[in-house]
Amino acid sequence: MPTLGRACLILALAIAAWGIAASIHGARSGRRGWVSSGRHAVYAVAAVLTIAFGVLELAFLRTDLSNVLVANHSSTTTPTFYKFSGPWSSQEGSLLLWVWLLSLWSSGALYLTRRRLRDVAPWATAVLLGFATFFVSLLVFKTTPFAITNPAPPEGAGLSPLLRHPSMMMHPPMLYSGYTLFTVPFAFAVGALIAGRLGADWIKQTRAFTLAAWACLGVGIVLGARWSYSELGWGGYWAWDPVENASLMPWLTGTAFLHSAMIQEKRGMLRTWNLGLVLASGILAVLGTFLVRSGVLESIHAFGASTLGVPFLVFIGVLVTMAVGLLVWRSRELRSENRLDSLLSRESIFLLNNLVLVGMCFVVFWGTFFPLISEALTGERAAVGPPWFDRYAAPLAIILVLLSGIGPVIAWRRATWANARRNFVVPVSAAGLCALTLVAVGGPAERPRAFAMFCAAAFVLGTVGQELFRGVRARRAMASESLPVALVSLVRRNQRRYGGYTVHVGIAVVFVGIAASTAFNSVRDVRLSPGDTARVKGYDLTYVRATSEVNSEKIAFGAVLDVRRDGDHVATLRPSQSYYPSLDGSLGALGRFFEGERTSEVGLRAGMNRDVWTAVEPNTAPLQKLIDEGDRRFAAAAGKLAPEQASALLGAAVRALAERYRRDPPPANFRLMVSPMASWIWLGVMIALAGALIAIWPRPPSARRELSGAYKARLARELSRA
Amino acid sequence: MLLAGGLVYTSFSASSEVKEPSQLAAGAAPGRTYKLTGKVVAGWHYDGKHLLFRVRDRGGPISVPVRYTGVKPDPFRTGREVIVDVHKAGDTFIGERDTLVTKCPSKFKAEKQPG
Repeated sequence: MPTLGRACLILALAIAAWGIAASIHGARSGRRGWVSSGRHAVYAVAAVLTIAFGVLELAFLRTDLSNVLVANHSSTTTPTFYKFSGPWSSQEGSLLLWVWLLSLWSSGALYLTRRRLRDVAPWATAVLLGFATFFVSLLVFKTTPFAITNPAPPEGAGLSPLLRHPSMMMHPPMLYSGYTLFTVPFAFAVGALIAGRLGADWIKQTRAFTLAAWACLGVGIVLGARWSYSELGWGGYWAWDPVENASLMPWLTGTAFLHSAMIQEKRGMLRTWNLGLVLASGILAVLGTFLVRSGVLESIHAFGASTLGVPFLVFIGVLVTMAVGLLVWRSRELRSENRLDSLLSRESIFLLNNLVLVGMCFVVFWGTFFPLISEALTGERAAVGPPWFDRYAAPLAIILVLLSGIGPVIAWRRATWANARRNFVVPVSAAGLCALTLVAVGGPAERPRAFAMFCAAAFVLGTVGQELFRGVRARRAMASESLPVALVSLVRRNQRRYGGYTVHVGIAVVFVGIAASTAFNSVRDVRLSPGDTARVKGYDLTYVRATSEVNSEKIAFGAVLDVRRDGDHVATLRPSQSYYPSLDGSLGALGRFFEGERTSEVGLRAGMNRDVWTAVEPNTAPLQKLIDEGDRRFAAAAGKLAPEQASALLGAAVRALAERYRRDPPPANFRLMVSPMASWIWLGVMIALAGALIAIWPRPPSARRELSGAYKARLARELSRA
Repeated sequence: MLLAGGLVYTSFSASSEVKEPSQLAAGAAPGRTYKLTGKVVAGWHYDGKHLLFRVRDRGGPISVPVRYTGVKPDPFRTGREVIVDVHKAGDTFIGERDTLVTKCPSKFKAEKQPG
């Protein structure tokens, strides 16, 4: 089987090389047969890589320990779900996942455009296959997922316990889907530049892929944040770590492009800007993949300094040179057809939105690469921390949310006073009402940034609510439909607009959650014995009793916490810490059970108003004498006991230690946190994702009918009355 | 341009120098904050409130002591690479609260260097 996997990779490389040559020849000669051959090469690469990925997946599912990756990242006791997701827990497997997803999305994009963009598509095919060639080359020449070890070890190392979390298992496929989907608009943008087809056609044809890239990358980022919140035991969800930042940058430029593309479609403006954003997003996606593997920056994600850094740097250098070269080459033809008519127009707001998003991306880029920048300029490596990022990100985010409320309702070309009055009375009133309520409640006065964010979010909700209300009222007036039917019809007739509005609501909700949970968070680190109570933000948390659990994979020590508010029972939480045994026998027969990896399982009561979040750090020091004594005895008995006997005795000793901890627990350390509205973050992401799906979803044939002139006129009359 | 100017100014004024233990041992200015990176030396002690440990260079034996208060990351262990904000106080380095991060236990393992 490994031979089949390796053969598939070599075959994929050969087909990709052929496809590049065929596509370029087809594009230059105009011979359709060569163009088709290039496109079919992409399909063939996808098929061959599917087999290669299947071979690796099968090795994990069968726990084939002769495969080095399986031996290092799985074991016979690893649960099936984590065996299934095992391939992307390793460097080699994740690279294979990257290029496999790339081949699938590339095939989809080229199939959907096979009868369109005839001048652009062959060049795009060559670019997409260029990406595939680079990544498959890494797997063929630098690092292979099909390395064999002989003899196979009797047991594997198992999946890193920190990664045993459902959201962490979905995080890489979503992130890589986002990255690889961004290569589709990148490739078509390059194709458009080479072919000189600089209109908005390539944007329209790849819009669904750009939106899907944006949504997948966003979900991937949030899954990582959710994992951090519920698995890492520190209570946060974002740390401005370089690897987190690397995934955020293409998402920001991608968001900017989704908005500025509308201006090019409507007004023929911002062509260079749009191409620049798409090219930047594609390059930043590769940069994100590189940062994880390079070790050039200090990051919590120790993916190790690998020899892949140089090839990645060369590849990124080639991409940047190509992008800049093409933009300079076509600079004369890229001049806009129109100019801004007024600073008070939708174009201006979208442009401002773009500047804010690109500004945020620049802040993240500067802060992330500051260690390298400072070393180059001063000879000293220095780094900036989360407060530095927050200083810029928070005000920019407030402006962004506010703009997401203004953009949808301000007029194209030039807004008038009448237009502004008609469209902004409701949103401004909503923001004003929110401000008055917050002032009356009192709290936010000392947290001005959170205060501003809440008001900006209310403004957005006012805008979207007003637009929905007007649209539904117009439809009901025309078609006498019931409220739900009118709402569905309205959305189906303009999925892009109302999908976008839904995304804006989701993003506003996310930022409300971030603002509230950071500005009004209450944390206490306490040391408690059973029976002790600690108070956090009006909640009384009592350490009722210790818990312990032993199974074939781990030992878990934890606590039962009774949570009360004003004397009323609110929840029972069970935070714990799991100890996974080390494979290092020198740590002692019993000691190795406590010297391996550890993970926190937080006790969480999530609510729309606030989360009560708890983590425990059990104190195992009092058990150390018993562990040392046990290690001595097992060492003395080594060779005198049959393996089954030794295993049974060891199991009994571990269970006895766990029972000892449960019956006579020493004081344990707890981190107790009350985090207001943290759940809004996850809720907002789901709303935004729903909005993206509405915008991407293929329109049903009935909704695709061109509106008649009479209908358009009638709709316009009704909307103006509404 | 304003944003760029602000970024350049504040990043240099608000940043901490990244140092390895041997660099701090050779001379650290009291009161100044550094980002200390290196590997955890065997023999660390956690009393439930304070974490006392030594950090050594990635490629050498020189180490410095750190006294840290705050959340101890789950992956913290002997031999792991850590990053922590510290300032010098007497003979030891005080780790600033909740700044200790331990690198993930090698999701993607570092490749072995030849030789």
